[in-house]
Amino acid sequence: MRILSLSLIIWIFSMDVRFLIDMKRVRKSYPNRVQALNNINVHIGKEEFVYVVGPSGAGKTTFIKLIIRELKPSEGSIHVNGTNLGDLTEKEIPYLRRKIGVVFQDFKLFPKMSVYENIAFALEVIEAPANRIKERVMEVLDIVHLKDKARFYPSELSGGEMQRIAIARAIVNHPAILIADEPTGNLDPETAWSIMGILEEINNRGTTVVMATHNSHIVNNLRKRVIAIDDGRVVRDEWRGAYGYEA
Amino acid sequence: MAMKRRTFARHMREGLKNIGRNGWMSFATISAVTMLLFVIGSFSVLMLNANSFISAIENEVEIRAFLELDTDSDEQQNVMQEIANASEVEEVRYLDREEGLDQFIDSLGSEGEVYESIRDENPFNDALVIQASDPELTENVAAEVNRLEEIETVEYGASILTQLFTVTNYVRIIGGVFILGMLFTTIFLISNTIKLTIISRRDEIQIMKLVGATNRFVRFPFFIEGLLIGIIGAITPIAILVTGYVYLYEFLSTQMPFITMLEPFPLVWQVSALLIGLSIIVGIWGSQMSVRKFLQV
Ligand SMILES: Nc1ncnc2c1ncn2[C@@H]1O[C@H](COP(=O)(O)OP(=O)(O)OP(=O)(O)O)[C@@H](O)[C@H]1O
Ligand SMILES: [Mg+2]
Repeated sequence: MRILSLSLIIWIFSMDVRFLIDMKRVRKSYPNRVQALNNINVHIGKEEFVYVVGPSGAGKTTFIKLIIRELKPSEGSIHVNGTNLGDLTEKEIPYLRRKIGVVFQDFKLFPKMSVYENIAFALEVIEAPANRIKERVMEVLDIVHLKDKARFYPSELSGGEMQRIAIARAIVNHPAILIADEPTGNLDPETAWSIMGILEEINNRGTTVVMATHNSHIVNNLRKRVIAIDDGRVVRDEWRGAYGYEA
Repeated sequence: MAMKRRTFARHMREGLKNIGRNGWMSFATISAVTMLLFVIGSFSVLMLNANSFISAIENEVEIRAFLELDTDSDEQQNVMQEIANASEVEEVRYLDREEGLDQFIDSLGSEGEVYESIRDENPFNDALVIQASDPELTENVAAEVNRLEEIETVEYGASILTQLFTVTNYVRIIGGVFILGMLFTTIFLISNTIKLTIISRRDEIQIMKLVGATNRFVRFPFFIEGLLIGIIGAITPIAILVTGYVYLYEFLSTQMPFITMLEPFPLVWQVSALLIGLSIIVGIWGSQMSVRKFLQV
């Protein structure tokens, strides 16, 4: 009995450490009664690289919004980076989000701020010193090969450039988790692969990467764990999986 | 959790930049503030002047109590003392009959000269000139004084007085209501304009929250922005009001000396302080009220 409870404690403890993202029996329905996710059980560990695939409207973006607590689940529990999102107070939410870098499907850049200011914002939020901000912004701009666009405004950029700025802002804080919603959606194959190179490198440095995508070519050629969602349910969860749909 | 100095500086910079980034909206808000402050400012100055003018007239209202011819100076002294001791009485002055006639002749101007001939038959008695502590008590005081046996008759502008009081009270009440109405209109208009600018910025606020900004981090630049818009909006009406009032004062005091305006200083500074305080409060209040709605992300 004692051994059983001890191992149970060890198991619970180790689970917290092992899983950066942990969803149990999560259901999400929107106020208009659309059931976007149903009975989702997903566990994502440290340093993993995960593709989330599925047809349009499957629930991928909803899945991401739950992780950053943009939405609350209708049922079930979510742990992120050791925090139970159900216990999170309004005031604690910003601190959770600072540990997660997000590349939004619609980029969510500040339209009235320059590229530089857009990226610097994420560092200003954590009250980084001014010289550190400058240094780090130029560093990430270099990573996404857009150093020469620092003074541009989002309206002056191409779709692919905006996407790369969104990536730069997402990684600028060295987040524990990087979530990218369709980060290659607007890119030509060559640029798409260079983005994948960036994500892999970030992953190799120990950041967990979760990437929602429609890009079967990438999924099939750069094999990683694949979580397939269809109609709000996880239909497949394979290590080194294939895209599995005819795109 | 104290805010770091550099973050405070960042918020100041950001608040200032936001005015430029939202150029047209800032311009619209500042114009609304400017216009309404101008109206409130001019109206306050007008009301203050009207009020002091009315008070001046009221304070000139005095009672003339003519003493019985057979009173000797002791009796006169006593009755004067008695009146002066009453709490409703502000001041009692003795006016002998010669002086009374002089004043009467003076008040008639050039036509008064015909009366010079009757100096020997002065129709006036010695009198006490009484001022009530509150102009509205004049009627009561006059009635009380008239009851004293040393007093023959009492004179004061009875009917004019009651009319004046009803008129001045109406002017004050209407003026007060009008100013209050202007104030609410201003607050409503300005907060509406700010609300419009912020609705156009709700996406921005949402992104800030999603990138990990706290509510305070989002609000602070808006606070600075509201403060600056209040200050900028107050500059023009204050400049116009100060120069305009000083100019008008000098013009009237030379061209129409019978119109007495309040001294420009410190009045214009007091009104300016009122305006800038008002516009800052409204600017900050407006921006904070409207940003609050979009913070739930
Ligand atoms: N705010 C919302 N209110 C109501 N229904 C919503 C909302 N957002 C999404 N949905 C619905 O939830 C379902 C899942 O949407 P979601 O955005 O998660 O899909 P997705 O897998 O990201 O699709 P895509 O690949 O096109 O981005 C869809 O049926 C969608 O219509
Ligand atoms: Mg999506």
